[in-house]
Amino acid sequence: MRPLLLRLVFALALPVVLVAVWWVSSADSEDVYWPPLRTILETFPGVWTGERWRGDVLPSVLRLAAGYVLAAVAGVALGTLIGSYRRVRAVCEPVLEFLRAVPPPVLVPVIMLFAGIGDTMKIVVIASGCVWPVLLNTVEGVRAVDAVMTETARSYGITGAARLKDVVLPSASPQIFAGLRQALSIGIILMVISEMFAASNGLGFTIVQFQRSFAIPDMWTGILLLGLLGFVLSVLFQLVERRALGWYHGLRAAARRSR
Amino acid sequence: MLDVRGLRKVYEGAGRHVEAVRDLTFTVEAGELVCLVGPSGCGKTTLLKCVGGLLEPTGGEVYLAGRKVDGPPPGMAFVFQEYGRSLFPWMRVGQNVGLPLKRKGFDKGRRRALVADALASVGLADAAGAYPWQLSGGMQQRVAIARALAYEPEVLLMDEPFAAVDAQTRADLEDLVRRLWRERGITVLFVTHDIDEAVYLGERVVVLSASPTVVREQLKVDLPAERDQLSTRVAPRFAELRTHVYEQIQAAKRGAVTAGTDKPPPH
Repeated sequence: MRPLLLRLVFALALPVVLVAVWWVSSADSEDVYWPPLRTILETFPGVWTGERWRGDVLPSVLRLAAGYVLAAVAGVALGTLIGSYRRVRAVCEPVLEFLRAVPPPVLVPVIMLFAGIGDTMKIVVIASGCVWPVLLNTVEGVRAVDAVMTETARSYGITGAARLKDVVLPSASPQIFAGLRQALSIGIILMVISEMFAASNGLGFTIVQFQRSFAIPDMWTGILLLGLLGFVLSVLFQLVERRALGWYHGLRAAARRSR
Repeated sequence: MLDVRGLRKVYEGAGRHVEAVRDLTFTVEAGELVCLVGPSGCGKTTLLKCVGGLLEPTGGEVYLAGRKVDGPPPGMAFVFQEYGRSLFPWMRVGQNVGLPLKRKGFDKGRRRALVADALASVGLADAAGAYPWQLSGGMQQRVAIARALAYEPEVLLMDEPFAAVDAQTRADLEDLVRRLWRERGITVLFVTHDIDEAVYLGERVVVLSASPTVVREQLKVDLPAERDQLSTRVAPRFAELRTHVYEQIQAAKRGAVTAGTDKPPPH
């Protein structure tokens, strides 16, 4: 139990310090834009009522989930295809480099022209930003499958779908997960941005509304909530990753021990 | 069982033309244990990959039980030197051994029985639930051997399988191969650069020349079938045979040309 307790202390120490610093430094702030943390926390329960959760938080999270899953599926599928065939890679690589270099928020106005201003637009925006790290990492992971493993699979007649499922994708999975992790933070950013352009609900929309109506403490609660959302999602991600990549972490630890 | 005729392999690279294997002809009878030994860098691995259908030869043919090999045939199983990279680290030992069996269309019960049997015969009956990286190097190579056994191949191809394990483990694994060969009556083609290993293991030793490789000599190992690390390795006949193979390899390194013979050195 002790190591767990110690880890908890380590994990919580810095956040506690930061919150304390925020609390003290803002305690008697008169600045309208920099309200005391105390005020923000007092405002929080009144702002984020059940109705807000249903009407704003849930739609945001659902759009994020839809865009993210879309990006993950498309990224892994295309990445596997591109990574597996040298010819396809040669054709796609320059285009990929270009598309990757375009900052995703720039796409929002463009996608609005095609997809309107509804949920579809937001999901497409999120997906089109999230797909790149997944895609590029999958390409690298699929390319890097060990030569001996490839030959082993071939010599035992493990080909086609079985090869993909049992050899290529598991072998690439550490890199795929690295891409998925990057994509998650990009997804949250794009979720907010897409709601700032043209929306009638959502977290980003609500925060902008608060700011425009000078409900500054309310705006701060929204920012706080976004931070918490990001934190919860990253913890969830870590849980999934630890399960899926248990073998990888064990392998790495074993390699370190034997060195 | 295994028939290699006029095998030739040339690697064509950017402006480079490397003849790795020039002309190899030899056969392995059903139930035989044949060791291929040659100087370092003589194209042993290239040769074995051509035999196993992993590489396409530039010339010549390989026949397995009368059928021409073009691509890895279902009747061959490979044991690679790099056990750590040949076992899949995301699968447990049992899954690793059982994976190739799915292709054979066996039902779950049959697969499980084959896996359990193969693991038991390499002395790893309890390890099915472990990950390969939780095992020592020698145990990992045992898993690779079990995977090959469970596959029930007509010919087992082993590419310097014990080159990366320590000497004691190597001795154990050599005895394991001898025992499995005798118990199961499988056909084994074993590639090594270790002369002692070749003589200790093989019923026949095929000595290869330096690259571009040809067969330099084929030598029948007339040691008793019952071999053990202590008495066999100090037997006078073992010393004679290993000295003979050693001289052949040394001569091969110098590039001396002697006609290949089938005659063993005189008693």
